[in-house]
Amino acid sequence: MSTGAVGRAYPRLEGPAKVTGTARYAVEYPMDGVTYGWAVPSAVVRGRITRIDTTEALASPGVLAVVHHGNAPRMAPGPQPELRLLQEPTVHYRGQYVAVVVATTLEAAREGARLVRIDYDSGPHSTVLTEDHPGLYKPDQVNPSYPTDTAEGDFDAGYAAAPVRVDVTYRTPAYHNNPMEPHATTAQWHDGRLLVHDSTQGATPVRATLAELFELPPESIRVVAEHVGGGFGSKGYAKASVVLAALAARHVERPVKLALTRQQLFGPVGYRTPTIQRIRLAADTDGRLTAICHDAIGQTSTIREFAEQTAVYTRSMYAAPHRRTTHRLVRLDVPTPFWMRAPGECPGAYALESAMDELAIAVGIDPVELRVRNDTAVDPDQGRPFTSRNLVACLREGAERFGWAGRDPSLRSRRDGRWLIGTGVAGSSYPARARPSSATATARPDGSFLVQINATDIGTGARTAIWQVAADALGVPPERVEIRIGDSELPAAALAGGSMGTASWSWAVIRAAQALREKLPDGGPPTGEVTAEADTTEEVGGQPALPRYAYGAQFVEVRVDADTGEVRLNRMLGVFAAGRVVNPTTARSQLIGGMTMGLSMALHEEGLLDERYGDWVNHDLATYHITSCADVESIEAYWLDERDDKLNPAGVKGIGEIGIVGAAAAVANAVHHATGVRIRELPIRLDKLIGVSDLA
Amino acid sequence: MRAFRYHRPADVAEAVAVLTAEPQAAYLGGGTNLVDLMKLGVQRPDVLVDVTRLPLDTVEEVPDGGLRIGATVRNSDLAAHPVVRRDYPVLARALLAAASGQLRNMATTGGNMLQRTRCVYFQDTGKACNKREPGSGCAALHGQNRDLAVLDWSEQCVATHPSDLAVALAALDTVVEVHDADGPRDIPIAELYRSPGTHPERETTLVRGTLITAVRLPPLPAARRSTYLKVRDRASFAFAAGSVAAVLDLDGDVVRDVRLAYGAVAHRPWRAYRAEAELRGRPFSPELAARAADAELAEARPLRHNGFKLPLTRAITVRALTELASS
Repeated sequence: MSTGAVGRAYPRLEGPAKVTGTARYAVEYPMDGVTYGWAVPSAVVRGRITRIDTTEALASPGVLAVVHHGNAPRMAPGPQPELRLLQEPTVHYRGQYVAVVVATTLEAAREGARLVRIDYDSGPHSTVLTEDHPGLYKPDQVNPSYPTDTAEGDFDAGYAAAPVRVDVTYRTPAYHNNPMEPHATTAQWHDGRLLVHDSTQGATPVRATLAELFELPPESIRVVAEHVGGGFGSKGYAKASVVLAALAARHVERPVKLALTRQQLFGPVGYRTPTIQRIRLAADTDGRLTAICHDAIGQTSTIREFAEQTAVYTRSMYAAPHRRTTHRLVRLDVPTPFWMRAPGECPGAYALESAMDELAIAVGIDPVELRVRNDTAVDPDQGRPFTSRNLVACLREGAERFGWAGRDPSLRSRRDGRWLIGTGVAGSSYPARARPSSATATARPDGSFLVQINATDIGTGARTAIWQVAADALGVPPERVEIRIGDSELPAAALAGGSMGTASWSWAVIRAAQALREKLPDGGPPTGEVTAEADTTEEVGGQPALPRYAYGAQFVEVRVDADTGEVRLNRMLGVFAAGRVVNPTTARSQLIGGMTMGLSMALHEEGLLDERYGDWVNHDLATYHITSCADVESIEAYWLDERDDKLNPAGVKGIGEIGIVGAAAAVANAVHHATGVRIRELPIRLDKLIGVSDLA
Repeated sequence: MRAFRYHRPADVAEAVAVLTAEPQAAYLGGGTNLVDLMKLGVQRPDVLVDVTRLPLDTVEEVPDGGLRIGATVRNSDLAAHPVVRRDYPVLARALLAAASGQLRNMATTGGNMLQRTRCVYFQDTGKACNKREPGSGCAALHGQNRDLAVLDWSEQCVATHPSDLAVALAALDTVVEVHDADGPRDIPIAELYRSPGTHPERETTLVRGTLITAVRLPPLPAARRSTYLKVRDRASFAFAAGSVAAVLDLDGDVVRDVRLAYGAVAHRPWRAYRAEAELRGRPFSPELAARAADAELAEARPLRHNGFKLPLTRAITVRALTELASS
């Protein structure tokens, strides 16, 4: 029996707490004897600390300690080398944290950090990705566990034989996640037990990592993440702040609050690798693809391998008999890149969906029609039918809503005064996955219910969505359900990442609710509390490996100033097929948020590296531009009513990431349509289009 | 960050006396730039002399027809002032093109004029910068310099002045009223800002302790036909990639008078005298405006990443003047 909570636009449960300032974030819990930590970044790129002089720092008022490799508590060696901070004098990249100053106030800690004198022996470094870098190599697999290369048919022969060919290379710069709340932690030790309030996308994995590093049983560690101000992937696993805070707190034997600054978020907590992507497409004269090749180059660090799965999008998006994808990496003296909203799919779709636009022009057919013509019911990669694939329906409905019909494909064909107007389209897709989770459901004598699961709400509305799912699964109005999340004391659950939070958590919650209802055969309130639990490890693990994907189509209209080259968005419209939508309000926020981030990628964001210093010089939000509200004049997101019973009990596909996939390509394609100029290196800023009236 | 004392002076003389006596004191206006720089360790004053409670917060029409603007008038209030909007639209537009609503509510007239460059190397104590640390070198000269100067830079510094307001004030031949240890005096705005030369750490001609108390806009009836055009990398909340303040006075189609100043091209707001000379006395046309801009930019020396500023500045010069001519 469903009460129909799922699908209704409930406001966020924690909304009032957030807007009144009572919701507590990681460093906002009041506590006695608290101290403040300040991370000290390395001033060299590659080298070794030869001396640390803490005399001045320790003499500075309020400073309690300087924790560094010479005096820090020891951590276990393990598979997390980049988190083994303050253990060795080695420096692997500029900005690596080499010390923490602890003081009685934040300002005193910051001043103390300035006074720590560090001498280094430094060596030459390499920090710039190039397609001919001598260090290029083939990783064993790409994130999270995809094959590095794939091949089907004979790409070279298929490509050579085709009447229409496109061979283009796209470049994307480093992107920095920049959630509103920085990586921040309050850590405190009591009797060998560690309690951290951490800004993370998953308290369960953070606890596991801390247990490993500090060689503690997981039950000796508690990680609380009740409210989290965003992450975009950069808080997907334990990061420097939680390790530094825990080390410092152990060293000073007092609670330590440590929040990274905005400047410190540019690098050491992860970022999206720059990419160089060569795409080759071949088609017959009707636009049917015969050969597809996507060669992606990215970077990783010298400490740990992170291989962005940039070309994976191309493996399943469009069909062709001859296909090849490759990934190559260079180990540079840089921080390790990491997840950023739709790792792989986001940069990969920018390249492929741009190349599809170039192919549409080469063949002379409409870019919507080209995509429709190359749709496939069978996953070209796995060779199995997709559980559901509504790309064409998204393209058709998007075209209808956007007013695509009758578009003049000729370039620079629309003008409004000084503005050149153009429209563009791109496809989107993102895998629909789920991970094992556990949950409990409790019936109380007063007729209310308590549902507990260590899910994380990073601002997406996850808490509210799970609450809605729980109410329907319990068969009661949601007002009778209380939900508790964001604490590792709760049943272990998947992290908020990979667009699989709601799928994973709702699965466990539904199973727990079902188990509870079986324990309450008469349906009425029990005389004492009754609890049922569920763990979906077996069920999720036993799910057949089928190609499950969400799809979307993005339409954009831009105007470009013919003289100055300024690009402005007139409107952006996306239609998505992502299974069942639990909450239209928060779903819309996720989708337009992703689309806006794609716009930001297309027009604004760029980490500017200075090779001499080996780091990004525009490391604040005044100089690393993200799209402002004024840049988004009109944005609309719609979704299809999609039912897919091969996903998970809630029937959801996840919507956190698909909005960014393809968005930048739609913008770039619109700019090309407006101006006749194809910019293949993001961002598309005015200096690349200035005087466009004289170009093309 | 360095611990500091906070001082609230009773009057201008006391403020100047404290600054003159305390070698590391700094005036605090809205704090929108200084406080950031203090957190970053770029500026490390030990005393902040808060001038925002001094009676410098009024806008008055002066008998001879000009306007006197107190140094602590907030940017939002100044932009909304009816006389500014009517008689000096270039000023209101420059103010509103800057920063964000929240920052404009805090930022003061004097503080805005004396804000520091946003050159990324200046703002990072881990990088070489002669302006921040004389003698340490200029990392920007051969670094990421897309936002930096094309005119009048030196080997020691390629920074730009970030203020939009100052560009409009430069075009209006503003008189800056200051108070130093010797008392009050007036400085023409053309003599306020310095070229970087070999001393980029000196951004103005003011001696230490000098407080800007007001700016005086001379009467300029032509300024009713004036505008500020700013191009930036996003639609809002960004420093200029290029900007122009323009006043145009036509006699029929002949340029009787014109005032032009550029932002984002130099260490100081750049009054475009050469362009003005090209325009004055000639029949206005967009082609003439383009030639005027070219004359002004003839001696520009673009850096590796900022060559686009030349065609951009030219384009906005033509646009601003053409719009004024047809208004």
